[in-house]
Amino acid sequence: MLIKQISIFVENKPGRLSNITNILKNNNIDIRALSIADTKDFGILRIIVNDPEKACNVLKDEECTVTITDVLAVGVSDEPGGLSVVMDTLYNNSISVEYMYAFVNKSEDIAYVILRVADNQKAAAVLTSAGIKLLTSKEIYDM
Amino acid sequence: MERYWNENMECATKDEMKALQSFRLSQTVRRVYNNVPYYRERMEKAGITPDDIHGVEDLKKLPFTMKQDLRDTYPYGLFAVPMEDVVRVHASSGTTGKQIVVGYTQHDLDVWSECCARALTAAGATNKDFMHVSYGYGLFTGGLGLHGGAEKVGMTVIPVSTGNTNRQINVIKDFGSTYICCTPSYALYLAETMKEMGITKDDIKLKAGLFGAEPWTEEMRREIEENLGLKALDIYGLTEIIGPGVAFECSEQSGMHINEDHFIAETIDPDTGEVLPEGSQGEIVFTCISKEAFPLLRYRTRDIGILKREKCSCGRTLIKMMKPAGRSDDMLIIRGVNVFPSQVESVLLQLGNTAPYYQLIVDRVNNTDTLEIQVEISPEMFSDTVKSLEDQEKIIKSAVESTLGIAAKIRLVEPKTIQRTEGKAIRVIDKRK
Repeated sequence: MLIKQISIFVENKPGRLSNITNILKNNNIDIRALSIADTKDFGILRIIVNDPEKACNVLKDEECTVTITDVLAVGVSDEPGGLSVVMDTLYNNSISVEYMYAFVNKSEDIAYVILRVADNQKAAAVLTSAGIKLLTSKEIYDM
Repeated sequence: MERYWNENMECATKDEMKALQSFRLSQTVRRVYNNVPYYRERMEKAGITPDDIHGVEDLKKLPFTMKQDLRDTYPYGLFAVPMEDVVRVHASSGTTGKQIVVGYTQHDLDVWSECCARALTAAGATNKDFMHVSYGYGLFTGGLGLHGGAEKVGMTVIPVSTGNTNRQINVIKDFGSTYICCTPSYALYLAETMKEMGITKDDIKLKAGLFGAEPWTEEMRREIEENLGLKALDIYGLTEIIGPGVAFECSEQSGMHINEDHFIAETIDPDTGEVLPEGSQGEIVFTCISKEAFPLLRYRTRDIGILKREKCSCGRTLIKMMKPAGRSDDMLIIRGVNVFPSQVESVLLQLGNTAPYYQLIVDRVNNTDTLEIQVEISPEMFSDTVKSLEDQEKIIKSAVESTLGIAAKIRLVEPKTIQRTEGKAIRVIDKRK
C-alpha cells in the first residue's frame, strides 16, 4: 500500500538532471512518475521507479545525496472533480498534504496521484473507507 | 584656516618629536620589563635590558610581538598594570574563536579620545557639530572609540550603533547629523537606502565622514562623497594598538597622519623582519609609547603599507601612512569585521550533522561586501521536503552569524563539489580582489 519514493538533492547547475537521468538509464531503471521541488539554489528531484532499491544504490554509488520516503499512490477517475474527492477526504480528517504530483497511465481513464502526507497510515485508512483506490507498490512497479 | 586639536604635537618639529618618542619609549620598555613577565623573558632571551633602549634608534633591538603572543597570554597576560587600574576592556575575534583582549586605564581612554579628537578636528568638526556613530558599540573598538573622541571635541554624539538602516537615515535627517563614522561599505549602503526612501543628499546635513575598519578604494571614496554629499576621510586603527585613531586623514586626503607621539611606526620586510627605509612598502609595525595597560612593543599588524614623512598642506608634521595594500595572512575583513575561515569550520563541526566541507565566497555587490558560505550537504541533513532543507540552512546561518558577527548567505551544495587541492579544500574565493 505504501510506495517507495526516491528523493535526490540537485544543485542548480547545468547538466545535473541530465547526469542523474543518465545514471538511471544506464542501470535500466524506468521512471513511473516524477516531480521537482525547486528553490533558488537547489532542487529536490522526486521519482517513483520500477526498482527503488536498485535506483537508490546506483545513485549513491555516483555520489548523489539520496533518501527514500514512503508515499501513497491513489487512483482517481480522470474527470472534473476526480481529485477533489481525495482532498476533501484528507481535509475532513485533518490530514495535511506536504506535496503531491500526478501522472496518467496510457491505457486507462484513471489518473494517479502521489501523495506525501503527514500521517500515511491514517490517510490510507480514510481514503480506503471513502472508496478511493490505493495502488500497491507492485501495481506501480509493474505498470 | 586649518585647525588642530593639539597643535604642539601635530605640528612638532622632527627633532622635538624624536626626543619625545625616545623618552616615552625608554620609559615604556622599562615598565613592561618590570611588570610583564612575558616581555621580560622575551627581552632576556634576546639578551637586552631596558638599559639598552635609550631612544628610537634602539627600537630595532626589541623583539617583535605577534598576534600569537596575544593568544598565548589570553586574556590578561600582557597587561602591564594591576587589574584595579584597568577601567575597560575591548576584544577582537581570533582564528579559533578565541578572542584577544586589550585593556585601558583611564589615562589610556584619554589618549584614545585625544587621538580620535585630532581626527575629528582634522575633518573640521567642532562642538557645534552632531556626530552620528554607526560603528558597532560593544567589545568592538569602533563605536566607543569615536564616541569618546567626539565627546572630547564637545560634539553632540548620536550613538546609533549598527543596524536598522532606515531608522539610521531618519535619525541623520531628523537629528541633523553633520558628521558620521562607519565602515565605507556601510556608508554606501546608507546612500543606496536613502535613494530607495526618496531622500536626497540635499535633505541631510552631513559634512564629513570618518570611514575605516576595512580597505577601500578611491572609487569608493568618490562614490560616497557624491551620494552622501560629504567629504570622506579615512581613519585607521586596530584593537591591539588602541582602536580607531592610530592614524587619520586630513583634508588633503593623501595618506593618514600617524599619532606618533603615542605610536611609533616602522615598516619591515614581512619575510626577514628587516626594517625598511621610509618610503618603501612593507608590513607596518607599531609600538605604543604612552599607554599604561596594554602597551604593545613592535606589534606586527600584517597590514602592508608605506610610511612617508613629507610636508603636508595641512601643516601637520606627523608622519603619513599610505593605505594598507593588503593583509599578509589568511584573515578576511568583510564589512569591517575580521573573519577567519576556520571559524566557519568550527561552527559546522559543532552542528554535528554537516560535513566540514565549505567555501567562503566573498564579493562586493553595489560596493557592499557579501559573504556566501557554500556547505556540502551530508546524507544526514537531506530529506524529501524543501522546508526541512531550508530549516537546515537557517540553523547553519544563525550559528555562523552568531560566531562571525556578520550576516552570511548559506548555500547547500552537492557532496564533493567543493574543489579540493591535494586533499585540502580551498577555503576562500575572494572576488573583491
